[in-house]
Amino acid sequence: MRIAVIDESAGRAAIIQEGLAEAGLTDTVVLTERHGLLAQLETLAPEVVLINLENPSRDVLEDYFAISRALATPIAMFVDQSDAEATAAAVDAGVSAYVVDGLAPSRIRPILDLAVRRFEAFSRLQAELHEARSALAARDTIERAKRILMEKNGIDEPAAYAALRSQAMRTNRRIVEVAEALITVENLVGGRL
Amino acid sequence: MTLDPIRIGFLPLVDAALPILARELGFAEAEGIALELVRDITWATVRDRLLYGHSDAAHLIAPLAIATTLGRRRPPSPLSVPFVLGLNGNAITLAPDIAEELVPEGGLGDPKRVGIRFAALARRRAEAGDRVRLGVVHRYSSHNFMLRYWLAQSGVRPDADVEIVVVSPPLAADALATGEVHGICVGEPWNSVAVDRGAGRIVLVTAQIWRRGVEKVLAIPTGRMEGEPELVHRLVRALHAAGRHFVQPDHFDQVAAILARADYLDGSAALIRRAISDRILLARGGSPVHFPDFMFQHREAANFPWVSQAAWLYSQLVRWDGLAYSDADASAAKRVFRPDIYRAAFAGTGIPLPGASAKLEGAIARETGVGAVQGRLLLGSDSFFDDRTFDPDHIRAYLESLPG
Repeated sequence: MRIAVIDESAGRAAIIQEGLAEAGLTDTVVLTERHGLLAQLETLAPEVVLINLENPSRDVLEDYFAISRALATPIAMFVDQSDAEATAAAVDAGVSAYVVDGLAPSRIRPILDLAVRRFEAFSRLQAELHEARSALAARDTIERAKRILMEKNGIDEPAAYAALRSQAMRTNRRIVEVAEALITVENLVGGRL
Repeated sequence: MTLDPIRIGFLPLVDAALPILARELGFAEAEGIALELVRDITWATVRDRLLYGHSDAAHLIAPLAIATTLGRRRPPSPLSVPFVLGLNGNAITLAPDIAEELVPEGGLGDPKRVGIRFAALARRRAEAGDRVRLGVVHRYSSHNFMLRYWLAQSGVRPDADVEIVVVSPPLAADALATGEVHGICVGEPWNSVAVDRGAGRIVLVTAQIWRRGVEKVLAIPTGRMEGEPELVHRLVRALHAAGRHFVQPDHFDQVAAILARADYLDGSAALIRRAISDRILLARGGSPVHFPDFMFQHREAANFPWVSQAAWLYSQLVRWDGLAYSDADASAAKRVFRPDIYRAAFAGTGIPLPGASAKLEGAIARETGVGAVQGRLLLGSDSFFDDRTFDPDHIRAYLESLPG
């Protein structure tokens, strides 16, 4: 069974593809480019298409599938009516599936379930990465603000940090916000950095 | 006061104005609603979020609400339309060489004359093995249906003499510039973007094809709508109040600035202002022309869901989507538009309500007073470009009288 994974995020597509391979589904292709998408699909003739919900090509793709009725392989959105929750879970996770006419839901469901799990895992990873990045950025911002205070006021590092912290407490803001404000002011009027 | 939350899915288009204004200018809050807007970039995703409960209602292309209800290409899911978000607002932009041949005199063309010339050009190109390819925004869009109506009534056989494909609006100007398509029928600001780039010239606006063509609607899953009638009435009233605000020319600057924000259209306030004041730049280097009925968001009970509009869309679905006519489908399609809900929302207010729920579409040639159960209502011309009329009670006969 040939499966096409359409996703503008190459990383996520790779994670799906890897999951499919682990499940023994190795006839897979990943399509990340918007241009020439339909021509590629026509050549590849997949039986299942997995696509991220927010992909900008969905309307174009649905129209193509509608027209492909005239071709040999009608293909339609997979909506499991015997188990509406499965489709809802897929939409929640951010993925939709299109399958050729005649494929049994029992063959599609495991693929969709796998895609849902991988999409969810990817979202979690991204959230963690985002968190880690903002934590790093916050630490960097605070470091820079401390250096400004140390140079301007001739104080040491613990004193600079204490100054930031007490200002944050007084104004009911986070330390990183106070640091950002300080850097902005320095950029505007300090003439360096 | 606690507010009832409602989420509305939308696409970043000028005609998403009423839900956006209802949120931004307090019309929703005044009706006790905390309105949240969910932006997407494809209609497929707006529809899926609506069907699977990520949104409660949606800004939707009218034919898609009917296709979804009838179960075209997917299992049927009944949607209801208690309120129309706008009429028309689209244009046909053609590659410069084709525009030059069809409208050498410049300006907006006459749809009958341009149609005849287009038919000759399309046949010539088809015979030479170089079919004209036209892009529309969605299979189930008024753009597709009105373009096809115009072509077919002009003697062009869509899908035989010309090819019609779907292009995403943000990529339409690109597709035109690279020759991937030779013409596009899209909403604003996408025609303007193509014109600004010199990729094409606007030759017609869809209002010239059907003067009062239904465009975007507020769609709600029928079950959910019927479960909370009172909340839906409040939403409909909030949108109506937004419409009243929208149409006042002294609000255009404010409205354009709101729509242009990053959360909404994330675009040029100047281009948006041009569209909402019915001004269209036809060709690069020219000055915008004023076409008063270009987009129609509120006047003349434009928000009233005429059952006859739904019926016309159904007729075109039969005509172009390989669907066999059936009385059962026709009545299911008509039932998507819910004038009864609109009426209930405004009962006892001063807002004009038509006495009828359907009309003979295309029969109003000039501004006419119509029967109203409350208030006074004048309707402007709703003509089709070929002067045909459509009787929603005789869809089959109408279809038999149309070419191909």
